[in-house]
Amino acid sequence: MTSDNPLLELRGINKSFGPVHVLQNVNLSVWPGQVTALVGDNGAGKSTLIKGVAGIYPFDSGEYLFEGKPTHVHDPKHANALGIEVVYQDLALCDNLDVVHNMFLGREDTNATVLDEITMEKRATETLQGLSVRTLKSVRQQVASLSGGQRQTVAIARAVLWNSKLVILDEPTAALGVAQTEQVLNLVRRLADAGLGVVLISHNMNDVMRVADNVACLYLGQMAAQVPASDVDHTTIVELITAGRSGDMGLQPEELAAGGVA
Amino acid sequence: MSTVEQPTDVDVPEAGDNAGIGQAISDYFVRVRGGDVGSLPAVLGLLVLFALFSIMKPDTFFSTFNFANLLNQGTAIIVLAMGLVFVLLLGEIDLSAGFTAGTAAAVLAVALSSWGLAWPLALVVALLTGTAIGFFIGVLVARLGIPSFVVTLAMFLALQGVMLLIISEGGTIRLRSDFLLAIMNQNMPVWAGWLLWALVIVGYAGISWREISRRNKAGLKSTSRSVWVAKTISLAVMLGVLVFLLNQERQILRPGKESCPPSGDAPIGCIPVIQGVPWAVLVVLVLVVVLTFVLGRTSFGRHVYAVGGNAEAARRAGINVKWIKIYCFMIGSTLAATAGVLIASRDNSVSPTTGGAQTLLFAVGAAVIGGTSLFGGKGRVMDAVIGGLVIAVIANGLPLITQQSGIQFVVTGLVLLIAASVDAISRKRATAG
Repeated sequence: MTSDNPLLELRGINKSFGPVHVLQNVNLSVWPGQVTALVGDNGAGKSTLIKGVAGIYPFDSGEYLFEGKPTHVHDPKHANALGIEVVYQDLALCDNLDVVHNMFLGREDTNATVLDEITMEKRATETLQGLSVRTLKSVRQQVASLSGGQRQTVAIARAVLWNSKLVILDEPTAALGVAQTEQVLNLVRRLADAGLGVVLISHNMNDVMRVADNVACLYLGQMAAQVPASDVDHTTIVELITAGRSGDMGLQPEELAAGGVA
Repeated sequence: MSTVEQPTDVDVPEAGDNAGIGQAISDYFVRVRGGDVGSLPAVLGLLVLFALFSIMKPDTFFSTFNFANLLNQGTAIIVLAMGLVFVLLLGEIDLSAGFTAGTAAAVLAVALSSWGLAWPLALVVALLTGTAIGFFIGVLVARLGIPSFVVTLAMFLALQGVMLLIISEGGTIRLRSDFLLAIMNQNMPVWAGWLLWALVIVGYAGISWREISRRNKAGLKSTSRSVWVAKTISLAVMLGVLVFLLNQERQILRPGKESCPPSGDAPIGCIPVIQGVPWAVLVVLVLVVVLTFVLGRTSFGRHVYAVGGNAEAARRAGINVKWIKIYCFMIGSTLAATAGVLIASRDNSVSPTTGGAQTLLFAVGAAVIGGTSLFGGKGRVMDAVIGGLVIAVIANGLPLITQQSGIQFVVTGLVLLIAASVDAISRKRATAG
């Protein structure tokens, strides 16, 4: 817990879809150089929170501070410009394009109107080397020929290519085998070690315990707790996810009642 | 992926590592086995068909006259197929392309004869007719979300009607422009054919050489110089043979007639010499170069592949998917209009059947046989050329063997089915691999 100032700070965030109050007074802090695990059961509001951060839709109320400055992120491009990148679960890669083309998709380098393949290939290679990625045979391979772990790697590398400061990963290991999960978790750790703020959404407690510096747990739209990973163990997190509280930690009974779960 | 990759210790080839010809060939076979067959079936098919027809009909099929004839027959199909490549890359289809060609041809003929426009102006009007049709289709598909199959099926009928209205039932309009007629009916002088050959070879060698040197300078992996030499030489030989054959005198002299001397007084009743590369070949060449550049070297082209590969990913990457689709339909229909001009030039006239019958099916077949995927995201402009030649060889060779048009239809249909099967199977292999 080195730096004191969070890279991203959300205070009292509320979001409703019609009558459904999806996020209630949610607070979240993400520090640079740290992996913040965002956990919670299905429907707890993880995706809603992330989509709001990424600018896909606005929060109803609450403060959104990025690098200490109050910000109103109005669309995904604005979030990208701030240095926020999201790697969604389905990765959004084009199978028929190669690694370089995917990494630069929609933001190609050009000389006048001609694609500058050489610059793009160099930048892609440098980024992959910077992340110590050694599992790709060639950056000119079609994505169709890559394994699940390699695809995840490409998607993450694309997110860090643009001098991003905050990378949000949605279930990066959900579809992976043991060895590939290992690769991706190592990569997640390296991102944080490189000074980026990382938000890791995961259902896998082993992954969370392995790489997270702190754990934020959503319970039915409320932030049950955000605590350093060293203060919690596997059982505590599971209790926070399933019941919203664990011992002294988490939501108090009156808060739970306020959330409509008496 | 069947095997789990080890986390590290995978060989990363050194930058600037130049593989030789052997490596290039083995890489190619790896790609083919992985399901990326590209134009390989079409090239093989072309060679087999050519050999087959040549053996069966050595005197008629395998003659320089028929060779030039074959290219001429193929040109319009090839250009139409180029347009369809853009639409197929999106995973869409344009069933109306044939009648877009016919409509543009009708507009051209009317503009020349009834409106009395000069040919360049009439040509522009005809091509813009195609662009407008493409825009209309594109908007209905991209904005309203109607399946392109339905939109273009409706346009297939509607444009047929538009043609009838323009030409008036049963009529035929002559194409009144010597220049436009020359495209499909005249040949380049012999020297111009060789000049074109030299320009193509020097251009290809120069551009690919520059690419290799720039990549080497940047420390990136590039094709080796031996592969470059091999490719350049084989291209030069292949096109050289083509130009040589086309530069032969191909007029068939009947007994008692003599051919005209190249210059000076021609004896009365002599047969004019027919030799040289057809001008139509130049049209195809220019289109191949320009469109290959657009698809391969511009952001627009990259976005077309992205939309065809994964439209949702393209949308999230900030690409305007709807406009990419509209542009592709516009390009496709403009090329269809170009094909219409070529058909009119070859037929010397426009009738309500111009662009009808099997024209469209041949063009779709050409694109797919050449290796363009019906599922979107895979295809090149060259596919249209190779596939178009296959179609032209079949359309030209079969009637020499059998007069039964029933057999000709069946064979052409089967070839299209085989091509689509190859496409579907290679796609399965690529995703299951």
